[in-house]
Amino acid sequence: MIASLANVAPHPGTAAQGSAIVSVRNIKKTYPGGVEALSGITLDFPEGQLTTLLGPSGCGKTTLLKIIAGLLPATSGEVLVGGRTVTGPGPERSFVFQDFALMPWASVLRNVAFGLELRGVRKSEREAIAVGHIAKVGLKGFEYKYPHELSGGMRQRVGLARALAVDSAVIMMDEPFSAVDEQTRRKFQEDLLGLIANEKKTFLFVTHSIEEAVYVSDRIVLLSRRPSRVSTIIEPKLDRSGDPEGIRRDPAYLDAVEGIWQSLKKYLD
Amino acid sequence: MTMFGYRLPMMTSLILWAVLWELVGHTEAGFILPPLSKIVMRMGEILPTPSFAEALLITGRSFLTGVGIAVLAGVPIGILMGRSIIADRLLLPWVNLFLSAPLSALVPVIMVLFGLGEATIILTVTLFAIWIIVLNARVGVRSISPSLVEMAQSFGASRWQAFSKVYVWAALPEILAGVRLGVIRAVKGVVIGQLLVSVVGFGTLFEIYSSHFLMEHFWALLLVLFAFAFALNEGMAWLERKVQYYAASRA
Amino acid sequence: MPVAATNDFTEPAVAPVASSTSLRQIASHPLTLRFVSFGLLLVAWEYAGRIPISVAFPTFLETMRGLLDMAGDGSLLKAFLITLKPLIAGLMISIALGVGLGLLMGLSRFSEWLLGPIFIIAQAAPLAALIPVLTFAYGIGLTAKIMTVCIMAMPVIVMNTLSAVRNTPVSLVEMGRAFLGTRSQIITRIILPAASPMIFAGLRLGAAAAFIGIVLAELLITPTGIGDLISYHQSVADYPKMYASIFSIIVFSVLFIECLERVETVLFRPEKHAS
Repeated sequence: MIASLANVAPHPGTAAQGSAIVSVRNIKKTYPGGVEALSGITLDFPEGQLTTLLGPSGCGKTTLLKIIAGLLPATSGEVLVGGRTVTGPGPERSFVFQDFALMPWASVLRNVAFGLELRGVRKSEREAIAVGHIAKVGLKGFEYKYPHELSGGMRQRVGLARALAVDSAVIMMDEPFSAVDEQTRRKFQEDLLGLIANEKKTFLFVTHSIEEAVYVSDRIVLLSRRPSRVSTIIEPKLDRSGDPEGIRRDPAYLDAVEGIWQSLKKYLD
Repeated sequence: MTMFGYRLPMMTSLILWAVLWELVGHTEAGFILPPLSKIVMRMGEILPTPSFAEALLITGRSFLTGVGIAVLAGVPIGILMGRSIIADRLLLPWVNLFLSAPLSALVPVIMVLFGLGEATIILTVTLFAIWIIVLNARVGVRSISPSLVEMAQSFGASRWQAFSKVYVWAALPEILAGVRLGVIRAVKGVVIGQLLVSVVGFGTLFEIYSSHFLMEHFWALLLVLFAFAFALNEGMAWLERKVQYYAASRA
Repeated sequence: MPVAATNDFTEPAVAPVASSTSLRQIASHPLTLRFVSFGLLLVAWEYAGRIPISVAFPTFLETMRGLLDMAGDGSLLKAFLITLKPLIAGLMISIALGVGLGLLMGLSRFSEWLLGPIFIIAQAAPLAALIPVLTFAYGIGLTAKIMTVCIMAMPVIVMNTLSAVRNTPVSLVEMGRAFLGTRSQIITRIILPAASPMIFAGLRLGAAAAFIGIVLAELLITPTGIGDLISYHQSVADYPKMYASIFSIIVFSVLFIECLERVETVLFRPEKHAS
């Protein structure tokens, strides 16, 4: 623990090994009631990859993601994004929420353009950008619909388009598919792979589904039960060039799922 | 309610009640409860009179002013209470107290302080309407989804942007519900105020009709008032339904 | 959870430092601020009375002296006993009839069709305007006052009972039917217990409306009880005693409703928790 601190803290410019765009340095989080959620997490998130935080329910993965997003203050430790210490939300990061967090009074178009609206981008300009991203997530023709007229899966596509529209380097997704039914989720996961391949962005993904983690991730960080630490880092080497449905039959996929299940099993009961 | 395979709309039973009223009106009880047909005819007679128009004008004016004050003061106070724990702890006991206190007992105080005029009626209306408006605005601000707040933060919204673009809109369904309930209470307030003051607006007419035992006139006035209150309530409910999809997305 | 949302709202939401100030700690103690709140209002009342903002605005201390005087010579107790009679009678009738009609409407579509519109209108309409008619019909005695309490209190009790029955979870009723419960079993063992918290909440609202009604009746029909104290002291310009009478009836009603609320939480806490 002390070694890792000495290792990185004084050199914000170096931003650690290789091409880590997000670095988490000895983050601890204790909630006011005295519940210790995270006990000294140190992690690097390589640029251009999708890294998943995976762990049992209530292990603090969402807490860690929100600390990186600047939405929650850490009790101690620091988060570096692009070499700079995080003190709050910033334009280089955007967030996709578990419950979508769409504004029910605004159309799809305005929801997607909202990040740009807050930055003071002109209406015609931001709407042109938003229209492009709405098409990219497969919602062309729904620009003037309202969230309550869309299905759960479509609403989360809006959430994703909103995160893409601000063109941030890092996109954080907090269990984005947990409120979506199974069939929609599978389709969405496949589409997400396509989007990731096209966007040269870094994705931080939180999920409690082992299959989902292995399916979409370049790297999987296994977190232990609360108070949370990094238990293992797994890099499933899957061939994602072919048919997205084929991945689910790939022996490497099945082995990775089984391996993670074996190591998570010990945290149950 | 279905009858002979047809679905009868809810309000159709009022026709039955109207017939019953007409019949009762022709018995001895017609002394107190004149037949509906006569009341309706009397209504057509008094509605065009200048004294009715004047009463309506004064009542409407003090009603609207009172409700206006209640909304303009109540909504910001409610939002403040929803946002600040200290303001909430300081004000909530009073809001709860006045919400269920017998406000009719306070009307004499307003009368001795502000005289037997329109000001007293306006303040009575405000007194009846404001508490529920405050309470609902407070609940509205408090029930904003935490993730919507985080969403605004994550895109770097300034305080004013978060307030004007997110919080006010997110709390709108509850604020509107509060205004509707406040308006219903305000109608009761304006009538109670005028009954007690009895020299302003409809209060004068109530006084004249009842002291001269003009039951047909009195009932005509009552029907106009009730119809107005009902229409106001339905209109507000319609407005509220227009933003109901908000609440659905809260679940 | 909504509390968390409002906290984020008031804080700048930056700087990863724990932000607990001493002010917040004081504020987190509800009783301190409640006392501060009551103290502030009483001081403001006393101060406004001493300016004075109006000859008809006594100070808090004068009002309390008036209250003690009336409590001492027994006139307050006598007035309350007179006021309570039509209040309790009217409230009892409203509860019995109101809950009964509400249940009937909730369980039978026909009675809802027949009675629903009446009570929907009654809840929105300013029924206080009926008081002069009631006076003609029942004279200036006790009956008219009881009726006034009834027309004020009953609509809200009926409507709350109706929606309480309507809000019984469908799955619970289906469960009862799946286990072959008879209609009367389903009503007495499922619908009534499920609806009782909300029915009781309606009784509380009804009681509040009943207090408005009785004060109004005693001011409008003939001055009796508390209404008599208020109008008599108003007419002789003894403002401390007039304010004290109003103060006493408001405090009484607030305590009465507070008691009902206590009973409600004791009886129905588990259900409240679940919903």
